[in-house]
Amino acid sequence: MLDVPHAMTTEPGETSFDLRKEAEEAGITGTLQQLEQELIGLKPVKNRVRQIASLLLIERIRQRAGLASSPPTLHMSFTGNPGTGKTTVALRMAKILHGLGFVRRGQVISVTRDDLVGQYIGHTAPKTKEILKKAMGGVLFIDEAYYLHRPDNERDYGQEAIEILLQVMENQREDLVVILAGYGERMTSFFASNPGFRSRIAHHVDFPDYAEAELLVIAELMLKERGYRLSAAAREAFEKYIALRRTQPFFSNARSIRNAVDRIRLRQADRLVSDLDRMLEIADLQTIDAMDVLASRVFSGVADAQGSAKP
Amino acid sequence: MKLTQGCFSFLPDLTDDQITKQVQYCLTNGWAVNIEFTDDPHPRNTYWEMWGLPMFDLQDAAGVMMELAECRRVYGDRYIRLSGFDSSHGWESVRISFIVNRPPQEAEFELVRQEVGGRAIRYTTVRRQPAHAPT
Repeated sequence: MLDVPHAMTTEPGETSFDLRKEAEEAGITGTLQQLEQELIGLKPVKNRVRQIASLLLIERIRQRAGLASSPPTLHMSFTGNPGTGKTTVALRMAKILHGLGFVRRGQVISVTRDDLVGQYIGHTAPKTKEILKKAMGGVLFIDEAYYLHRPDNERDYGQEAIEILLQVMENQREDLVVILAGYGERMTSFFASNPGFRSRIAHHVDFPDYAEAELLVIAELMLKERGYRLSAAAREAFEKYIALRRTQPFFSNARSIRNAVDRIRLRQADRLVSDLDRMLEIADLQTIDAMDVLASRVFSGVADAQGSAKP
Repeated sequence: MKLTQGCFSFLPDLTDDQITKQVQYCLTNGWAVNIEFTDDPHPRNTYWEMWGLPMFDLQDAAGVMMELAECRRVYGDRYIRLSGFDSSHGWESVRISFIVNRPPQEAEFELVRQEVGGRAIRYTTVRRQPAHAPT
């Protein structure tokens, strides 16, 4: 109980540091490798994570060397088109920050406008504060943050939530990390009308759209996780599918791919069940055939696609 | 006279670091931490006023400390205590309670003895008015 707050153990004799050993001790190498493997594409995002990790490592060593150090500001804003992995990376980011010792507990509280803003006068502040308290020691992820600000209604309670958020983001930087996410253009106008937010966020990360090749790798990864694999013909068909789907309206990157994968599984199951009088092999259960892909509605709108022949 | 109620009250007042550690201990055990305050710290006054609702589902002590700072700002001239409520089956009661804030001038109590029928004696705890009471 009567523990005396001990001073940071600074050994002035320590003058040289083994960087590789330090990095491995902090678990940075492992975490970054994992990130590299599990997330396809997203170069700018990975670069930024690597930079943050490096900063932490150097800060830690600086502290031990007795040099001036201050905790880095870690609030982030993720912008990008639908389905580019903002939410996924935010969840992953909490794990990374916890692993690197930036946040103490590493939980993620994922909220939207409804969780922060109340319906009546005096309702918003307690609501926002409760969420903030729950997020302490972890990451507060605010999805579609621009809904907090309603420019058409100056008496909107969203502004109250924004003010409390800003205050805590500024005063308790070492206690929690706030990540705002949303679609690019709307976030830009949100920041334009709330300059306080923009300046308090150190890391603005833009999520690029995926290239076709990356989307194919993502699809294969999703199928592999679910215990499926594409046959050679199906793979070719899926490449065509991605190329076509990208040009159509409401394309939302990896989310569209996930939906496509789910529908392909439906069609595969339907194909297998339609022929009841045969013995199924394990391989049959695992393999996605070209016809499962080509039956998609995406092909039917295109005249020259051979898939249009499918009923 | 130093008021001695709840845990740690015979020790020197806890520092904020020590309070943080105690709160973190409560949260790690899954107890909900509650902030209460009063200007009437009579030993029989069980029900202090609540500062907001008990804080369920917290992970880190920083959230409680934020509320405590706010409570101290408003009611720094009163007694403030933290309690940890264990909601698990079989306990369902307060597991820890300790004072985290005292007024500059502490409350004083004295024991008044009263002889009643036969040679029986009754005792009453009476709050002594400070010599230079305000008002």
